[in-house]
Amino acid sequence: MSLTAVVIVMVAAVLIGAFGIRFSRTTSDFYVASRTVSPLWNASAIGGEYLSGASFLGIAGLILTYGIDMLWLPVGWTGGYLVLLVLVSAPLRRSGAYTLPDFAEARLESVAVRRTAGVLVVLIGWLYLMPQFQSAGLVLRTVTGAPVWAGGLLVALVVAVNVLSGGMRSITFVQAFQYWLKLTALALPLIFLLLVWRHDGSPGLAAQDALTWQVPLSSGKEYGLYSTYSLILATFLGTMGLPHVLVRFYTNPDGRAARRTTLVVLSLLGAFYLLPAAYGWLGRVYAPQLAGTDAVVLELPGVMIGGTLGDLLTALVTAGAFAAFLSTSSGLTVSVAGVIAQDLLGGGVRSFRIATLLAVAVPLGLALWARALPVADVVGLAFAVAASSFCPLLVLGIWWRRLTTTGALAGLFAGGGLACAAVLATIIGGPYDGVAGALVAQPAAWSVPIAFTVMVAVSFLTPHRVPPGVGRTMVRLHTPEDLDLDRGDWRPKG
Amino acid sequence: MNRRVAVTSPRTAAARRRRYPATREIDEQTRLGELYMRSLLRTQFRLALFVCTVLVCVVGGLPLAFLLLPDLREADVLGIPLPWAVLAGLIYPAFVGGAWLYVRQAERNERHFADLVERR
Repeated sequence: MSLTAVVIVMVAAVLIGAFGIRFSRTTSDFYVASRTVSPLWNASAIGGEYLSGASFLGIAGLILTYGIDMLWLPVGWTGGYLVLLVLVSAPLRRSGAYTLPDFAEARLESVAVRRTAGVLVVLIGWLYLMPQFQSAGLVLRTVTGAPVWAGGLLVALVVAVNVLSGGMRSITFVQAFQYWLKLTALALPLIFLLLVWRHDGSPGLAAQDALTWQVPLSSGKEYGLYSTYSLILATFLGTMGLPHVLVRFYTNPDGRAARRTTLVVLSLLGAFYLLPAAYGWLGRVYAPQLAGTDAVVLELPGVMIGGTLGDLLTALVTAGAFAAFLSTSSGLTVSVAGVIAQDLLGGGVRSFRIATLLAVAVPLGLALWARALPVADVVGLAFAVAASSFCPLLVLGIWWRRLTTTGALAGLFAGGGLACAAVLATIIGGPYDGVAGALVAQPAAWSVPIAFTVMVAVSFLTPHRVPPGVGRTMVRLHTPEDLDLDRGDWRPKG
Repeated sequence: MNRRVAVTSPRTAAARRRRYPATREIDEQTRLGELYMRSLLRTQFRLALFVCTVLVCVVGGLPLAFLLLPDLREADVLGIPLPWAVLAGLIYPAFVGGAWLYVRQAERNERHFADLVERR
C-alpha cells in the first residue's frame, strides 16, 4: 500500500510538471503572479518548499536517538525566520534581486562577487540535495525493501523531468498545497497514535530515559554545550542564506508584504514543528530500538496500531515524506540550475537543460557514494555554510554602507571556505573524536564570527573599494515603495 | 461669530518653506537627503538589533539556564517537563508574538519616514 502511495505522489508530480499549467520560469512571470498571491498563500508556498525530508523524518529520528537537545533543530529552523524577518526580509524584496548572486551584484556592483556567490549557492544546494536523495533511498527500502539507490534515483528522475518541463516550481499554489499535505500527513496519524497511547494507559518513558534522554545536555554526547550553541548559531543565521527560500520572497508585491509573509511563515512552521517532537517522544516510549535511524515516523503507525489502519497511516506518512523530498529538491534544483546556467554556462535554454542535469546528477552521485549520515545532520551542515557566507553578506550588505567589494569577497572566501572544508571533512572522514571532532562537526560557532570579522576588517582596509552607487542602493533597499524616489535602474538578469 | 483661526507661529511656517521637497533631497543625494536616509536606517536597525538582542538573551540563555539550574530541568508544566514544554511548544508562539510586534513597529517607522519626507 505504501508503494502505491509513493507511485501516486510521483505520478501526480510528473503530471503537474508535464501537463499542468505551463507557467514559464521568467522573473516577469513571478512578478505578474505576485499581484494576486496573498501572504497566506505565499507563506504556505515557502513552508511547502522549506519543509524537507529533514523536517518530516529527520528531526523525529534524531530526537528519538539523542533526546531533548535535538529540539533545538526545529527551534532554529523556525527562529531563523525571525532573524530573517528583522534583518533582511523587506530590504531583500525591495532590492528586486531574484537570487542571492543577483543581490550580491546589485549591492556590490561586482561580477566577481556575483560569481563567488553563485559557486556558494551551488555548493549549498548540492549539500542540501544529497541527504534528500539518501533519505528517499532509505524510506523506499523501509517500506518496500527496494535497494537503497532506487529511492534516490526515483526522486532525482522525477525532479529532473519536472524542472525540465518547466512546471511545478513556479506554481505557487502547488507548493502551497505541499505544506498542507505534509501537515496533514503528519498530524492525522499522530491523532490516532495519541488515542492509542491514551488507550494503553498513557505509558511514560523508561526510568533510565527519564533521567538522561529527557533532560537537556545529559545525553552523554561530548561537548554538548558547544554543539548546542553552534547548532543554534547555524540554524538561526543560516536560514536567510538558503537559495530556494529567497526566490519565494520575490513573489511578494512589496517589502511590507514580504514582512507579513514571513510572519505567517513563522506561524505555519511553528504549527508543523509541534508534530516531530511528539513522534520522537512516542517513538522513545514504544520503539526505542529505532534509535539511530530516520525511520520512526514511518514505523510508528505499524508498531503502535498495526492492521489495515496502520498500513493506511503508514502509506499516508510515506506519501508525505516523498512530497517533502520532491518539493524541496525541485526548489533547490531550480535555484542551483539557474545559477549554473546563467553564471557558469552563459545562459539560454540549452545551458539550463545541461545545468539541470548537473544540478541533480552531482548530489545523486554524492548520495550513492558518501556514507549515510542522519538527514537532519547533513542539512544542518548546509545551514552552517549558509550562515558563514551569505549571512554576513546579506546583513552587512543591507545595513553597512562601508562594506567594500574586496571585503565581501574575502569574507565569502574565508567563511564559506572554512565551513565547506569542515563539512567535507565530516562527510568524508568523520566522525572525529575530541575537541577537534566537535569543532569540525559543528563549524558555525567559529566560522560565522571569522566570516564577519574578515568582511569588516578587509572593508576597513580597502575604503576605496566602496561601490560608487551605495547611496542609491540604500534608498532602494530601505524606503517604502510608495514613496516617489529614484532607486537606480538595476534589474536582475533573465 | 466663532470663526476658526489658525494659530501658528510665523517661525515654523518660515522653516517649512523649503525650496525642495525632501524626496528630491534624497534623489540628489544632498547632505540633507543623506541625513534623512541615515535616520531611517538607524531607526530600523535599532529596532532589528533590539529584537535580536532579546532573541539572543532568550535562546542563548536557555541552554545555560538548563545547565546551571537543575530545578528548572526537573520542573513540570501540566505534567510535561519544563524544558520540553518550552522547546517543543511555548517558544513557537513566543516567536510569532515577537515577529508581530516587530512588523507593527517597522511599519510605523516607515510611515513616520514617509510623513517626514512627503511633508511639503
